[in-house]
Amino acid sequence: MEWTFRADAPLYTQLCEQLTFAVVSGVFAAGERLPAVRELAVDAGVNPNTVQRALGELERGGLVYTLRTAGRFVTADKARLEAARRALAEARAGEFLRVMEKLGYDRAQAAALLEEREGDEAT
Amino acid sequence: MSTILECRALQKRYGTKDALRGVELALESGRIVGLLGPNGSGKTTLIKLACGLLTPTGGEILVDGRQPSRETKAVVSYLPERIALPLWMTAKQAMDYYQDFYADFRRYAAEEMLEKLGLDEKQTIRAMSKGTREKLQLILVMSRGAKLYLLDEPIGGVDPATRDYILKTILTNYSEDATVLISTHLIADVEQVLDEAVFLREGRVVLHERVDDVREQRGKSVDELFRETFAY
Repeated sequence: MEWTFRADAPLYTQLCEQLTFAVVSGVFAAGERLPAVRELAVDAGVNPNTVQRALGELERGGLVYTLRTAGRFVTADKARLEAARRALAEARAGEFLRVMEKLGYDRAQAAALLEEREGDEAT
Repeated sequence: MSTILECRALQKRYGTKDALRGVELALESGRIVGLLGPNGSGKTTLIKLACGLLTPTGGEILVDGRQPSRETKAVVSYLPERIALPLWMTAKQAMDYYQDFYADFRRYAAEEMLEKLGLDEKQTIRAMSKGTREKLQLILVMSRGAKLYLLDEPIGGVDPATRDYILKTILTNYSEDATVLISTHLIADVEQVLDEAVFLREGRVVLHERVDDVREQRGKSVDELFRETFAY
């Protein structure tokens, strides 16, 4: 998968976001085993300790869990995955609204803009 | 966690020029650390002292708790700034050479990497391009199961594809409880793989922090912080 990192935020929080995105969008399916820490680190081009820290955060949030000998797995709990999906979507919607506000669009105008685009190809 | 490299009031003088002016530094095992500073800040001198290729003018440097010696050389894998293998050697002879010198050399790992690169074992180093030479030397260095890897400018003057190859080779091969010290002034290129950053300025350590702490507390990358610290 594609990984991108900004300069102004810690790497582990960005990795958390991207791993969460990968989990809720099905790149790593529910109940599936995750690649090993080193493998993820090499793929993302980041430090293994950073991956470890990010996965620790996901584990605390209940999105992934560790079986002591078998490795790390994505939760099979549908409600948990749905909640994470919703949280990501809300965060993105919030970002969108903040940008719109800077461009001078109020909530209603921003919503109208989305309505107008109905039927468009998502870009 | 144990300390793998420690410097106390470390000094090195060449004639009348002070290369290191009292370096205080302690690196833990299991980290990838960037040794960052402009040209002439003392990066290579520090690495050569840790290898036992130079002796301190003052102070002390300890590798795995001991002064550089035969014992420490057995646990330190060093990538010099310039290729240090005789040009007449073939890749296979270079592997033989490493195998003779180092008990921790994992020949199968080196052979596998050379094969993936499509590099002919019978080719001499003289006949290799600059990029291939750099890759071969890095493969040899990372095929050792060392406790401390000292990499002096591993990505200096290579193209972006080679740089990615080098960083992935480091990440894939270092032993989990080993520390990797990477010296460079190309910070943006290595920042993502680092746990910690050490800034050297005119022979002194002026910063030693975790990369994510720099980003979290200052809201900027180590690369930006470096540009500010060393701005003219």
